[in-house]
Amino acid sequence: MRFSGWKVLREGLTGNKGWRAHWRDAHPKPEYDLVIIGGGGHGLSTAYYLAKNHGLTNVAVLEKGYLGGGNVGRNTTIVRANYFLQGNSEFYSHSLKLWEGLEDDLNYNVMHSQRGLINLFHSDGQRDAFARRGNMMVNQGDDAILLDREGVRRHLPYLDFEQTRFPIYGGLYHPRGGTARHDAVAWGYARGASDRGVDLVQNCEVTGIDIESGVVRGVQTTKGPIRARKVGIIVAGRSGLVAGMAGRRLPIESHVLQAFVTEGLKPVINHVISFGMGHFYISQSDKGGLVFGGDLDFYASYAQRGNLPMKEHVMEAGMTLMPMIGKAKVLRSWGGVMDMTPDGSPVIDKMEGIDGLYIDCGWNYGGFKAVPASGWCMAHLMATDTPHEVAAGFRLDRFRTGVGIMDEEGTGSQHNLH
Amino acid sequence: MRLTCPICGERDRREFYYVGDAVLLRRPDPEASDVVWDDYLHNRDNPAGETRDLWYHEAGCAGWIVVTRNTLTHEVIATELASKVSEAQA
Amino acid sequence: MRVAGKGLVNRSAPVTFRFEGRSYQGFEGDTLASALLANEVRVLARSFKYHRPRGVMGAGSEEANALVTVGRGAAQEPNLRATVQEIYEGLEARPQNCWPSVNLDLLSVNDLAAPFLGAGFYYKTFMWPRAFWEKIYEPIIRRSAGLGALSGAHNPDRYEKAFAFCDLLVIGAGPAGLMAALVAGRAGADVILADEDSLLGGRLNNEVEDIDGQAASDWAAGVVAELRQMPNVRVMSRTTVTGAYDQGTYGALERVAHHLGNRGGRPLECFWRIVARRAILAAGAIERPVAFRNNDRPGIMTASAVRTYLNRYGVAPGRRVTVFGNNDDAHRTARDLVAAGVHVAAVIDSRRDVPESDAYPIFRGAQVCNSSGRKGLESVTFRTASGEDKVETDCLAMSGGWNPTLHLTCHMNGRPTWNEEIQSFVPIAGMIPGLEAAGACNGAFSTHGALREGAEAATRALEALGMRSGEFDLPEAGDAPYRIAPLWAVGGKGRAWLDFQNDVTVKDVKQAAQENFASVEHMKRYTTQGMSPDQGKNSNVAALAVLADATGRGIPETGTTTFRPPYVPVSIAALGAGAQGSGFAPQRYTTSHRASVERGAPMIEAGLWYRPGYFPVPGEKTWRQACDREVNMVRSAVGVCDVSTLGKIDIQGPDAGVFLDFVYTNMFSTLKVGRVRYGLMLREDGTVMDDGTTARLGEHHYVMTTTTAAAGPVMRHLEYVHQCLRPDLDVQMISVTEQWAQFAVAGPRSRELLDALVEEEVNAGTWPFMGCGEITVQGVGGRLFRISFSGEHAYEIAVPSRYGDSLFRLLTARAEALGGGLYGMEALNVLRIEKGFITHAEIHGRVTAFDIGMERMVSASKDCIGKTMSERPGLNGAEREQLVGLKPVGPVKQLTAGAHLFERDAAPVRQNAQGYTTSVGFSPTLESFLGLGFLRNGRARHGEEVVMVDHLRGVTTRCVVCDPVFLDPEGGRVRG
Repeated sequence: MRFSGWKVLREGLTGNKGWRAHWRDAHPKPEYDLVIIGGGGHGLSTAYYLAKNHGLTNVAVLEKGYLGGGNVGRNTTIVRANYFLQGNSEFYSHSLKLWEGLEDDLNYNVMHSQRGLINLFHSDGQRDAFARRGNMMVNQGDDAILLDREGVRRHLPYLDFEQTRFPIYGGLYHPRGGTARHDAVAWGYARGASDRGVDLVQNCEVTGIDIESGVVRGVQTTKGPIRARKVGIIVAGRSGLVAGMAGRRLPIESHVLQAFVTEGLKPVINHVISFGMGHFYISQSDKGGLVFGGDLDFYASYAQRGNLPMKEHVMEAGMTLMPMIGKAKVLRSWGGVMDMTPDGSPVIDKMEGIDGLYIDCGWNYGGFKAVPASGWCMAHLMATDTPHEVAAGFRLDRFRTGVGIMDEEGTGSQHNLH
Repeated sequence: MRLTCPICGERDRREFYYVGDAVLLRRPDPEASDVVWDDYLHNRDNPAGETRDLWYHEAGCAGWIVVTRNTLTHEVIATELASKVSEAQA
Repeated sequence: MRVAGKGLVNRSAPVTFRFEGRSYQGFEGDTLASALLANEVRVLARSFKYHRPRGVMGAGSEEANALVTVGRGAAQEPNLRATVQEIYEGLEARPQNCWPSVNLDLLSVNDLAAPFLGAGFYYKTFMWPRAFWEKIYEPIIRRSAGLGALSGAHNPDRYEKAFAFCDLLVIGAGPAGLMAALVAGRAGADVILADEDSLLGGRLNNEVEDIDGQAASDWAAGVVAELRQMPNVRVMSRTTVTGAYDQGTYGALERVAHHLGNRGGRPLECFWRIVARRAILAAGAIERPVAFRNNDRPGIMTASAVRTYLNRYGVAPGRRVTVFGNNDDAHRTARDLVAAGVHVAAVIDSRRDVPESDAYPIFRGAQVCNSSGRKGLESVTFRTASGEDKVETDCLAMSGGWNPTLHLTCHMNGRPTWNEEIQSFVPIAGMIPGLEAAGACNGAFSTHGALREGAEAATRALEALGMRSGEFDLPEAGDAPYRIAPLWAVGGKGRAWLDFQNDVTVKDVKQAAQENFASVEHMKRYTTQGMSPDQGKNSNVAALAVLADATGRGIPETGTTTFRPPYVPVSIAALGAGAQGSGFAPQRYTTSHRASVERGAPMIEAGLWYRPGYFPVPGEKTWRQACDREVNMVRSAVGVCDVSTLGKIDIQGPDAGVFLDFVYTNMFSTLKVGRVRYGLMLREDGTVMDDGTTARLGEHHYVMTTTTAAAGPVMRHLEYVHQCLRPDLDVQMISVTEQWAQFAVAGPRSRELLDALVEEEVNAGTWPFMGCGEITVQGVGGRLFRISFSGEHAYEIAVPSRYGDSLFRLLTARAEALGGGLYGMEALNVLRIEKGFITHAEIHGRVTAFDIGMERMVSASKDCIGKTMSERPGLNGAEREQLVGLKPVGPVKQLTAGAHLFERDAAPVRQNAQGYTTSVGFSPTLESFLGLGFLRNGRARHGEEVVMVDHLRGVTTRCVVCDPVFLDPEGGRVRG
């Protein structure tokens, strides 16, 4: 069923009785060519591109809960391509291009809104660091503009330019940065994959990975064993646990990242704003809620919830930067579980020594914007057994060899510092 | 969240700095293989359940502390001075 | 309409307030909702999506309809619940999400378009043409969405945060909470009793009933009075416990002054962090509406809200009230109304077996199936076995039963369990460690049950605390059984609201199921049910019952979504109290701060410290002029600069040298006493962590300096290395950064200055390059280090901080007498660039010793932190970007930091990027811009011409690659 304004009108006039399931709920067959473990954003987009780009449709996505129930449904919805290290830059650039065509491609309004992202800086040193970043963005063919203080004021007149503890020197403006409706991304990919023949299996937890003499044979699940030629682990937040089923330890520590939304308010923030000194970022959703977040709670956790110290820190950052949001009321806070890696960059790779096993993990807290390109590149890897050129740097062995470490924050191997 | 510093007693989480898995206490021999070092510095068991990790009482006594803790429930099971643990290992 | 002789408001204290520009009168003790109902104002708000007129639905903080804006100007406060906001003289409130007025809202045309605006319609449209989304569709959607508006101005109000500690936190001061606090308080426990209402007692103030033979509200007042007398009990009214966190930490919002016209210096709100050894949740229950066609009209309220307005506020919300319910509680409403002289038009009960009455007509086995009335309820239609009937009525009191207020128990991911008997979810013991639920929030709905559970929970809490409860008699109170038959949604055509706030109807939930959003989480996210300001408090259970029905599952099987903190919305200003303005981070000042400000120096934030940028003199128009002068001054005479912000760590013990050998790449155990050495420190991953000098003051005594930014991390790192890796070493360390004021004295005349100043003789013999020792300055003991960050003959002199200001002024005067003076961060930066000295602009966390040409400083003869990992193949070799110097050679003379480097004639694109610039400055000494940067295989490329491209600033400069030491590479000046 194609979605369109006409369809909405016609259904509205006939009692909305004609709407059908956005995706089929499948019961797993005993065997597939490929099995994807994880029905989140990355797993669903991988399935979609396996079908669309590579014609592979004998594919199952196994989800232990409900589709899109992980980090794709609990993030601050920011979409950007403002990385500055080789390896990251081209990947996120590719992802942003996919975002820009996503609604057409999926026939699903994911509300990708390129309202512009501004990263503020507060010293000469930070300006130079952001200049380096912005110059790399332009090198890559993306957009970046260096704003001075007055330039920031023109875009964001409501910031506290007089009093803030960290005076605003300027900002790096990324006009193509923005937001998207996070749940819709998962649903759109689910619908697209399902329409192309992929089986989406909810409430199906993988409990084991079958490996014989270094070759993957399939998986054990709560809905029985499933044979497969190739298996992809795409379970950010639980990567270490699932890789453990294949006897592997990963360079990942799981951390909780909180996010917040306020009650609905009339439009007041028209950009995505990032305040590095306070580790605070904010945008306003189309429904009117201010959506914002900060840093990790900093202790390893799988609990999908956080504690007061970081909540308060985030609000304090908001109050020093833009005291006009003081009377906005936080309606809900939640936590996502992040795969934190020793350089803050992800992994899309084969699992060395196990034929047919692939892994896509380690998105730290930047996984949402990566959903399209991650699926694109993981599908490429699983289908062709060669890494896609824009994801060739996301190797698992880079930590052992030191080759191609991509530490954008420059904070080193301590997992929670990225 | 509150932790019991073996020296100072029960304190709010915001007095502490977290660094990661207490496996860091078992630093390999400098001549050990790259695989051993990679494992030490990067790879983690990362359990969903009981774990032991390293915290620093930065806004307190400057003691490094090994905390036995549950990553699913945030229950704190035990705390001990890292120096004691390290000495016991050696 | 006020009812004579009813209510607890103070009839002798009238209060005048304004709503939507009109003046009204209420009484002290009224909420905005009760006062407006008393004035028969029916429409208070418009709904979110369809802009339907809405009145008051409930009487608590969970209110779904009556959200208003209070105040004006910068202080205007959107989305306040009229049911919570107390009135005060001069209060100004207005409706929101409507234009031009709440009674005539043009956007109510949305209501006509409802067939096209069902669940998730926006996912299916607005996709074509693509460019229209950001330009047209989205702005329209954004403008019509949202409820109240922020003023856009900086928040002018004051907020506070506080900590509190107690043995027992009692959450809610209804019958269960009061009883629990009483038992625990009498036993001597430290108790905090928190309740969100202004008047404690919970539903005891809202119902007509007796406890121990007196009116329940009087009993409550008596208990509260006793509790307030106890020194070990803290009673906190207007305080909502908003969240349960780990290890007995609770968040609570106190509305300190929202009810005051004149705050008298009080903060508006205070956010509390309460640490409790035990807690009792006694939060009561929330009555749920029933979904039927047009159940959202002003005048349709929960039955308990009608009783609350009648009994507590003395207000009848209607003149002809109809009651509709599925449980015995609803009948209580009719009895109270009749007793107060209010006409009850009908009682409609979905059950057959219901209490009798001859005071009003009762319709058994009947269901309200529609309502009418444009701006307020005029009639309801109900359906019985024999057909449909209609009753004229201006207020419908409905009850679909009660949901225990168990939200807090779910804050740690626990899931409640379904109780078939009361048709509700109830908490399971242990969902929050140390917290027990008691009373209605635990499913005990009678007053007797609440009192009993409160007392029992307190007894158990005391036991856990190692205390004993005294003897107590449970007061006598009503214990009528709670009889209910499930009724969630009345069938039929039209829209029946579940989530009033977000305009989610039964149809939407059914459509979601039809579209396979069958999981309760999918349904919520697709329809937005439960995402409104009440977070589903009024709608969740009914919505999932409808979903369960639509998907052919039971309610327990369908499950619930998760309740997350905060229980009520909390302002960002309260959670972020103290940070507005400059309060976000500490401000650290050096001892020379005042003297620097007096000299007109702009003070620049550096690692929480403030340091002078430059010291302007009359006639200088730009910072560059001052900077050039200061650089020349240091190179030709002598300059003085405060360097106290650098971290200073005192390290002592027999193993101090061995310890330093382990944390630094190079040797310190071999350093002679009285000497200083430059040290490089790696992280364990082999990347440079920090650099600095360390002086050996005695056999077992070193003083390490760190960079300003790394002072804290290095201190932590040293403690880590000692305690975690080498506890065998006998060494101790402490930060002394703030104990010593330290000043650089740099330039060819620095020795002359110091020799004249300090009591000891300062010459090449006594203070050779990299020498150090103790000195006396005007009778004050200090330290002198002959070290240089400028490449000049230079010293750093340190005295205890209390002498810092004095010494700084003295050094300044002496320097000026020698033709020198003060220099700031700008000149310091140029001086170090001329010498190729690195800062954290270069050692930015991705750089190795190899990259900065210091790999030979990693001693081969010993182990150190980071050594093994620094030998990884990827961290060495020609592929690495290495530190180089850059000088402009073409017509463009400018260099910028953060630009990228390319081979000549290469297109400036990512694939060709070979490096970048990190630090640049104009050298007045060499009369050229100089740059430091990193270039792939750079050390092998000295002499090669490359192009620096800064797209952002529009600068493209041809440069020659050179050694990073631009000036005096032999070091003659520093040693001279």
